[in-house]
Amino acid sequence: MMHFLLLFSRQGKLRLQKWFTPVTDREKKKVIRDMMMLVLARPPRSCNFLHYRDLKIVYRRYASLYFCTGLENQDNELLGLEVLHRYVELLDKYFGNVCELDIIFNFEKAYYILDEFLMGGEVLETSKVAVSVSMEEADTLQETMEEYMSKPAY
Amino acid sequence: MPAPIRLRELIRTIRTARTQAEEREMIQKECAAIRSSFREEDNTYRCRNVAKLLYMHMLGYPAHFGQLECLKLIASQKFTDKRIGYLGAMLLLDERQDVHLLMTNCIKNDLNHSTQYVQGLALCTLGCMGSSEMCRDLAGEVEKLLKTSNSYLRKKAALCAVHVIRKVPELMEMFLPATKNLLSEKNHGVLHTSVVLLTEMCERSPDMLAHFRKNEKLVPQLVRILKNLIMSGYSPEHDVSGISDPFLQVRILRLLRILGKSDDDSSEAMNDILAQVATNTETSKNVGNAILYETVLTIMDIKSESGLRVLAINILGRFLLNNDKNIRYVALTSLLKTVQTDHNAVQRHRSTIVDCLKDLDVSIKRRAMELSFALVNGNNIRGMMKELLYFLDSCDPEFKADCASGVFLAAEKYAPSKRWHIDTIMRVLTTAGSYVRDDSVPNLIQLITNSVEMHAYTVQRLYKALLDDISQQPLVQVASWCIGEYGDLLVSGQCEEEEPIQVTEDEVLDVLEGLLVSNLSTPVTRGYSLTAIMKLSTRFSSVNRIKKVVSIYGSSIDVELQQRAVEYNALFKKYDHMRPALLERMPIMEKSASNGPTEIVQTNGETEPSVVEPKHLPPVTQPVNQANDLLDLLGGNDVVPVIQNTMPTKPASAGGELLDLLGDLSLSAIPPMTAYNKNGLKIDFTFERANPNPNIAVITIHASNSTEADMTDFVFQAAVPKTFQLQLLSPSSNVVPALNQGTVTQVIRVLNPQKQQLRMRIKLTYTLKGSPVQDLAEVNNFPPQSWQ
Repeated sequence: MMHFLLLFSRQGKLRLQKWFTPVTDREKKKVIRDMMMLVLARPPRSCNFLHYRDLKIVYRRYASLYFCTGLENQDNELLGLEVLHRYVELLDKYFGNVCELDIIFNFEKAYYILDEFLMGGEVLETSKVAVSVSMEEADTLQETMEEYMSKPAY
Repeated sequence: MPAPIRLRELIRTIRTARTQAEEREMIQKECAAIRSSFREEDNTYRCRNVAKLLYMHMLGYPAHFGQLECLKLIASQKFTDKRIGYLGAMLLLDERQDVHLLMTNCIKNDLNHSTQYVQGLALCTLGCMGSSEMCRDLAGEVEKLLKTSNSYLRKKAALCAVHVIRKVPELMEMFLPATKNLLSEKNHGVLHTSVVLLTEMCERSPDMLAHFRKNEKLVPQLVRILKNLIMSGYSPEHDVSGISDPFLQVRILRLLRILGKSDDDSSEAMNDILAQVATNTETSKNVGNAILYETVLTIMDIKSESGLRVLAINILGRFLLNNDKNIRYVALTSLLKTVQTDHNAVQRHRSTIVDCLKDLDVSIKRRAMELSFALVNGNNIRGMMKELLYFLDSCDPEFKADCASGVFLAAEKYAPSKRWHIDTIMRVLTTAGSYVRDDSVPNLIQLITNSVEMHAYTVQRLYKALLDDISQQPLVQVASWCIGEYGDLLVSGQCEEEEPIQVTEDEVLDVLEGLLVSNLSTPVTRGYSLTAIMKLSTRFSSVNRIKKVVSIYGSSIDVELQQRAVEYNALFKKYDHMRPALLERMPIMEKSASNGPTEIVQTNGETEPSVVEPKHLPPVTQPVNQANDLLDLLGGNDVVPVIQNTMPTKPASAGGELLDLLGDLSLSAIPPMTAYNKNGLKIDFTFERANPNPNIAVITIHASNSTEADMTDFVFQAAVPKTFQLQLLSPSSNVVPALNQGTVTQVIRVLNPQKQQLRMRIKLTYTLKGSPVQDLAEVNNFPPQSWQ
């Protein structure tokens, strides 16, 4: 299973963090710092895998964002790369030519898409179409302002 | 109060901040506004405020005051509220928070909601971060949803079940019935998550594994699904670069691996499909290689026929030649795993692997180095060593220590000749001399001592190396030791292997004195060279010069040097008659401990030389007027002269033979204990740590007899729990003299790799005044230091 998924920029700004195991806040900060340090220091044409504690780290750079995930020892790293790529494709389909700004200003949508694709550190849905359809339908359920105001709270 | 600003507005504003301080100010202002809004229990804008809080949390600011608000949002009827609420819960409310459990009821309600997307939110939250209590409470709901016909919910329920099992393994059983027809689904999401669920169950419980193999006939089902994926035409929904649903294929292969491991029937049933996948998968893109990689791992792990195994290794060999770095890395990692079991097959790819040593990528180089060492054997040692030494020359410092150790180990195991061995060691010392591990110095010295015919050659080469460079301490230490021992061979020009050099005694002494004064030499090195100079006093004729040097250092600031010099001085003055004997040539040393993983020496109660019962030489700190004792001890054959004790007195870590003697004098300080005291028979245990393996405790029993008669035919036996191993050496005698006039001693060695509490059951038999006595006892009062 994946232990975490992080998105951060070249300047070391965190854009998304998903943790699939219970981790203290302090520990999260440490891992994020370490990941940024290790990944940002890699020369451009290196291998996309490295070792950190007992995890295999798989990372890839897409434009200005680094997508970085920590896998367990028996997980398939090459498939890990495919998982990252699939997530980027899903974001791209939803936002239309996604760029970092989309993820900054619509971070909650990025999380919703992630939650339709992965759960508990495993792949939930392997079909791109199915994820898009779920997102569309869930978005329609989100109330407009009038609907929102007129609905009772509890 | 005006409406709180929108999320996007806030983000835009914060991004305009030019300094950290400015950003912090904006954040604090907004947080204050949000806090008052929360206090007013504003239902309308709660969702907006929590969203803003989550953004600020991502920037690194505290957001704990929003935790309860997330709960309120989750409980709301509005979907927008729930969505943000659950997101907030996942980000802020991990299971360490007190309020975490309050979610349980909301989640329970939402799991039964009429809208599947609300149910989905609840399943997702539970499946990502539900605590064990929550999982216990809600497992029943999840199990219900696992049986629904709605595939959207079914797949989420499956992964939720995986999480529940991970948190509360005892609940695994309850999900078993629901798994019955999971694999007959057409929906790929459900198929994939079902395979993950089955994998989790099989990995955790051997009973489940057996059940799925036999009763459910899982293997044929999986084979069928995999076959369909490969053979079916293009399916746009699941296609990735021409391959149909690679995620599902890889998970199926992984489950097959678990099912086929150690099981002939299952392995047989999957042979064909594995061969098919291995030969037909497109390798031009990463996705195909991901599947091939998983296939190779599966083939190597199950009981596959040899043809299939060769196919797998060849795939890995092809991977090694791939342009893509990731693939080369993955190949090296897999080959490392298989090199033990399929050594010959991996050997075929040796040259490619060795080429990878020259790769630019750091991760690949490291893997290639590890694999290269694993492939070294008696046949390829010369060629491999050439490559590895070349690698040692040119690699980054982070590799040098490991590489040097690896070279020494390999050379020790497979050296084709002594000269080659010494040449190799010389090469390592001169190229990576400052990176070798500390314990290599004594090991090398021992090796050199034992290669008697190479002494002249060795000392000559070391001397020449010293002339070039005195900065690498291990090299300098070994060299000074050798010059001290074999300086006479050096000066007399006796070398057979190569052209002997012409060097005078004075030149040699110049070099050694140079080491003493150089800033590059560590105190340890200085100790070596002073001792070497001293030894030469019996081999060289220029004794006066040596005397002068030694007396100068009698007032050195370095306490170690001063001590040595003072004692050597004393040797010159008062005990000159003993000097030749003390400083004579070192005998051949027995090797009992190797550098790498220590072996437990299996002897049948025979005492090994010098490790178990070392002849306790008085430590150097005692005044030299104990020289009489020394002389007595020098009668033995394999006793090392006291000069040995002037070796660097580093605490004997993983020390070789030489430091072992000091190891027993170290401050082990495990208190002795009385193990048995009955009917006049008292048995005390004293402890030592056997260096270099700290998992072995060496216990010496001392049996004494306070009765009036001797105890004859005394036999001591001991038994330990299963996790320990015991070795009992011969006792000193089997008569325990009466009235405490003497003791019988016997050594026990206990191996305790798991560092468990030491317990022992002992059986004592002896004859007292004609009648046999037998007793059993338990020994539980071992001091903690003896087994920790």
